[in-house]
Amino acid sequence: MDHLVALLAGIFLTAAIYLLLSRSLIRMLLGLVLLGNGVNLVILVSGRLGRIVPPIVPEGAKVPMAGAANPLPQALILTAIVIGFAMFAFLLVLAYRAYQSLDADDTDKMRVAEPRNAPKPPMSY
Amino acid sequence: MQDMAIHPVDWLVILPVVLPLLGAALLLMLREAKEAQYWMALGTVAVLLLGDIALATRIAEQGPVSMTMGNWLPPFGISFTADLVGAVFALAAAGVTLLVLVYLRLDMPDRARRDGVYPLVLLLLAGVSGSFLTGDLFNLYVWFEVMLIASLGLMVLGGRNSQLDATVKYGFLNFFATTIFLLSLGLTYGTLGTLNMADIVAKAPAADPAVMASIAALLLLAFGMKAAAFPVNAWLPASYHAPPAAVSALMAGLLTKVGVYALLRAMTMLLPASREVLEPVLVVVALGTLILGPLGAIAETNLRRALGFLVIGGIGATVTGIALNNEAGLAGAATYVLHAMLTITGLYLVAGLIEAMTGETDTRRMGGLYAAASLPSVLFFVLMLAVAGVPPFLGFWPKLLLVEGGIAGWAPNWDGWALALWVGVLVNALLTLIAGSRLWGHIFWRAGHESAENEAPNPDLRRLDRRATWLGLAPTAVLTLAVFLLGVWPEPLLGFGKQAAAGLLQSADYVAATGVAGGEP
Amino acid sequence: MSTLIFRTIAPLLTAVMLVFSVFVLLRGHNEPGGGFIGGLIAASALAIYGMAMGGEAARTALNVHPLAMAGFGLALAGLSGVLSLAFDVPFLTGLWSIFDLDGSEVALSTPMVFDIGVYFVVFGTIAAVALALESDGEDA
Repeated sequence: MDHLVALLAGIFLTAAIYLLLSRSLIRMLLGLVLLGNGVNLVILVSGRLGRIVPPIVPEGAKVPMAGAANPLPQALILTAIVIGFAMFAFLLVLAYRAYQSLDADDTDKMRVAEPRNAPKPPMSY
Repeated sequence: MQDMAIHPVDWLVILPVVLPLLGAALLLMLREAKEAQYWMALGTVAVLLLGDIALATRIAEQGPVSMTMGNWLPPFGISFTADLVGAVFALAAAGVTLLVLVYLRLDMPDRARRDGVYPLVLLLLAGVSGSFLTGDLFNLYVWFEVMLIASLGLMVLGGRNSQLDATVKYGFLNFFATTIFLLSLGLTYGTLGTLNMADIVAKAPAADPAVMASIAALLLLAFGMKAAAFPVNAWLPASYHAPPAAVSALMAGLLTKVGVYALLRAMTMLLPASREVLEPVLVVVALGTLILGPLGAIAETNLRRALGFLVIGGIGATVTGIALNNEAGLAGAATYVLHAMLTITGLYLVAGLIEAMTGETDTRRMGGLYAAASLPSVLFFVLMLAVAGVPPFLGFWPKLLLVEGGIAGWAPNWDGWALALWVGVLVNALLTLIAGSRLWGHIFWRAGHESAENEAPNPDLRRLDRRATWLGLAPTAVLTLAVFLLGVWPEPLLGFGKQAAAGLLQSADYVAATGVAGGEP
Repeated sequence: MSTLIFRTIAPLLTAVMLVFSVFVLLRGHNEPGGGFIGGLIAASALAIYGMAMGGEAARTALNVHPLAMAGFGLALAGLSGVLSLAFDVPFLTGLWSIFDLDGSEVALSTPMVFDIGVYFVVFGTIAAVALALESDGEDA
């Protein structure tokens, strides 16, 4: 099970890198989302899978039952999902604004901050 | 649960985070009252500065202090552990932010003020302080994201086209970097079963060195991207010049330094064995950054983009310290970070004044400022010499320590890497001096625009009004004064560097303060 | 989007979702639910209202700027942690006070206050993003 999920995470990361190498902002954004999901899978696997008992402390007990799943990766993933979600929302709005104002979804055409034909450095001094 | 008596004074560790967060929250609620917002932000940062001073003195006297949130046992609860490096960096960050806030009053367009620049500045400061003080890797990731979202907000405020363009590049690449950081966190947890820094120090030596080395490589990529080290530095000169000068001063002064700090912490303290494996990579990164930074600055005609390249050169110097990994080298890296926070912020603030006076961003069309405004030209001159590392200014001492470290690393067994780094630091100093003096010459000394045959006096200069003079020059002058004073009286700085390096190399105090060494939980 | 059916049903739907979001919020801690998911439900309620009535109407209905609400939530969450200063325990330590109210047990705790803070932060932030996307104008 662990190996299968690890493989799946690898596939996620591969697809994410492929998308991130694109010039289109929307594809890059989707790539970042996929990357985040792949990384979350890695964290999930890092807590080891394959257990069937949920990490909930039974009534009256002080510790979870033996063989319970590791709750910490789940907490980490939850945090990461929330943060990733906020970043995704922000970048989506940003990409949309950039598309409206710069009229470009192609990063090659986004050259406002870095003009294409930058002047040569001054030769005096 | 843990039975550790907590005294109110222990709250100093958490204060640098809680205070700006609460301040930002309060400012968000007071959206309409712009004047009150400004003064409250200023007050919050001033109180925070006092808290940071108290924290740093306490740590200098008693060694690292720690507090674990929510009364959980240390390796499970999130620890905030402040040692000297973190506390002093946090102190410097608060000081720089306070000065930039003064400058912000002058510089921000109205629209940005309406959209809430002050809460974002406080949020940014919370993220920066949190990163410096946290003792938990995952928590560090959270503070990275807090910092990232605040800086994205600051960068896009005002919404000019060039800002949108710059923010897209900054946002995508930095989000990628933090996601890579998260990936390495997952691997760390899978290997060691802990994310508490002190616990990692204790457990890492027993783990498979190959796995730890690949984790360290991922961390190096993530933090290197955050710090804008060669070859993943392209985002910095593409973005830092777009927002208003005060915002770019804040970001150039603080954000890349957090990346360097994280690199210092991860490579030197957490995974020293893996740093050994990665040493060739670190050396190449350091050399590339050292040389590329000032060369870019020489070739650039946009003033603040040129300064961005100087920031990168400074990152090279700090990575050099990490690559050397001896006491002098690490002391050099730690003091360099401090120096860069003050000096680079000052340079960006002067750049903002220059742009206000000339109405230009292109150095070729600035010219002739010396006659119109002599004080800014003196400030720029001093700061530029400090960046290059010319005595008697602050920048000299970190570079001296790095050079010493290079010799110390080379001497015992003729280590070619250390020698290369030694040469790199010196070449970097020379190139930075060339870049800086060219900038100064073009902007201030030359009579007018470039290539005007007669170099007639620049007709486009505008004088600063009284308000701008006070609000703009006062913070810069304070920074420059600090750079000068710490340059002629370097004992506190050198003492800090020595203690910081010792603390990073011998982490026993840090581990003991967190309280994980007390036995198996 | 704004057909007659949708416009008629949207306020009703919004009201139900808001109540449900509070229910989910208070149910949290020991059962599935909590501030984050509650805030998301509330924000989607507002988004539905905005889709039916327009972003401007949603803003008016909200009365307070969503970001101010997020600030309020952040302050609430932070203060719930600072409360432990008075009890000599570390930041964010859970403090409980369980008392009897007319036969039923009521648990007041700092985790609950924290959760309410989270609810407001999430609601405010997501509502601000949703309204910004909806209004399509210059306000980002």
